[in-house]
Amino acid sequence: MRLLTHNMLSCNIKGVTNGFPLRLEVEKFVEKEVDFSAEFLRNIFPKIEWKALVDASRSMGYSQLPDEADSSMLDSDDFLKKFHHALLELHLEEGVLICPETGRRFPVNKGIPNMLLHEDEV
Amino acid sequence: MWYLCVFYHRLLDYRRPEVEALAELFGAFGEDSEISHRSLEWKLPESHHPDSPFHFVNLPSEDIARSIANRSILVKGIYELWGQGNSYKELEEAIKGYPDERKLPYLASESTFKIIVDSFGKVMTFQEQNERIQGLTYIPFKGKVNLRNPDHKFWLIETDDYGSNNGLPPVVQRRIYFGREVGAADRKLLPTYQLKSRNYLGPTAMDAEMAFLMANQGLAMPGKLVYDPFVGTGSILIAAAHFGAMTMGADIDIRVVRDGRGPDCNVWSNFNQYGLAMPISLLRADNNLPPWRTGLREVFDAIICDPPYGVRAGGRKSGGRKLLKGAVGPYTVPDDKRSDHIPSTAPYSLVECMHDLLDLAARMLVMGGRLVFFYPVLREDGSTDTHYPEHPCFTLIASSEQILSLRYSRVLLTMVKTGPYSEEVAESAKKKHLEFKENHLKWLEDGNLRSAVFNPADTQTGFAEDSQLNKESKPKYRGKYV
Repeated sequence: MRLLTHNMLSCNIKGVTNGFPLRLEVEKFVEKEVDFSAEFLRNIFPKIEWKALVDASRSMGYSQLPDEADSSMLDSDDFLKKFHHALLELHLEEGVLICPETGRRFPVNKGIPNMLLHEDEV
Repeated sequence: MWYLCVFYHRLLDYRRPEVEALAELFGAFGEDSEISHRSLEWKLPESHHPDSPFHFVNLPSEDIARSIANRSILVKGIYELWGQGNSYKELEEAIKGYPDERKLPYLASESTFKIIVDSFGKVMTFQEQNERIQGLTYIPFKGKVNLRNPDHKFWLIETDDYGSNNGLPPVVQRRIYFGREVGAADRKLLPTYQLKSRNYLGPTAMDAEMAFLMANQGLAMPGKLVYDPFVGTGSILIAAAHFGAMTMGADIDIRVVRDGRGPDCNVWSNFNQYGLAMPISLLRADNNLPPWRTGLREVFDAIICDPPYGVRAGGRKSGGRKLLKGAVGPYTVPDDKRSDHIPSTAPYSLVECMHDLLDLAARMLVMGGRLVFFYPVLREDGSTDTHYPEHPCFTLIASSEQILSLRYSRVLLTMVKTGPYSEEVAESAKKKHLEFKENHLKWLEDGNLRSAVFNPADTQTGFAEDSQLNKESKPKYRGKYV
């Protein structure tokens, strides 16, 4: 599961208002190379919750992202490379995503997060 | 400039929409933002049936025409027409009358060429083809012939009055076309990606040709993010990835998405098989209760999918059947069983599935983004009910029917997001959805679609007798069965 996905997910249990961002508990993490596309990064940048991305990448051991970012930084190749690496190349294979409000644990197995809610959470 | 566009004679409803979509993709429409202006001008040859493979289309430049043809799946060729006629005499006059400045650059002595003789509705022997080629000596070809890899290909295409009882669209008289090929579909993609040799298959994997058509309708290209909320084995995402798009998929069944049939037989190995970029992510999620954070908007450039219609594969959503009907209270999973618990699911009707899909698309598609999906329809007396799901954020720009059986077809709908999402929009969409549900799908609910498709014809009132009459009086034109 890449951090791009993590940036989009939240805990949507009935009644929960603060289900984003999910805390990461890393058991196994891999770095996988992905083709660089500046256009894709520029398109996706406005949709990203930056703080969530920075915190998530730190919990995966990558601390090179600046704490804050704005669209003017997209012109810098150096920034784009770091953004690309954090967003697409850090890969959580095994671990857990934890809801900040309820503590509910969503397992991640073989890189695939299981976001299905149980019967009493619907 | 007007070009002759000759289609492969199959998937008839899909041909023009594919060219329209590719025209959009390659910038044929410029900056005009009015959605109704963003379509091409088409003409049919005189007295030709709309199902004919011969169409004339007006495209802004040869480069665009070439790009469209080369990326398409159904365009046999786009040709700059040098002449046409009802007889070879007329053709010769037409070609001689065609401006030299359009012809001479392609007849130059340094170039290589090849002439291909083709026909629609009849077969020409090798000798007949050669005679035709010999008859073209009035064209001053100065280059050398290269049959394998020529610089320029010229096509001489003949179609005749082949009668009306052979299943082909009726043609009134003989017509001969001569043109220079500008571009043509690369059909070699199909044997490369065919499902027969795919690593990991599921019962409803989309066949390669259709997957490419869907990817074209969704404008898949590098830099775009395509999402499939019913990803299954990833057959649709493969086509999108082939065209360079980034892909993402979700499915409610975790076994299909995470496990597959083993470590070398799963969605990832499918992408490996063709050397395609892996999906950005696959997740297990319920489309009815999606895991997206509130406030997440306009992330996907296209949503391309084949939702479950309940005929060959039923949809599922969260919540047990008894739970949703109130018969049983929600089950609280004991803590030690939580991590492996597989939640029970309930049947997911087609109508509800459509509503959730439209709602998801309205929220998550960028403005101008495309929603491409299949919708099942029942056919009555050979005509098709054309009431499709609607949503205030979307404009329907294409619907293409593929007849699957006497009583049942699927229609590929292409919708463009033309209005922004808001809570008010969601409310009015919900109302529209309830109307739709009541008016049009009263008898498709509760699985009647499945029984309508699979039950023997006798149980359909009056249908058996009508079809007998129809078979005798109407000529046997296959139409959209191809």
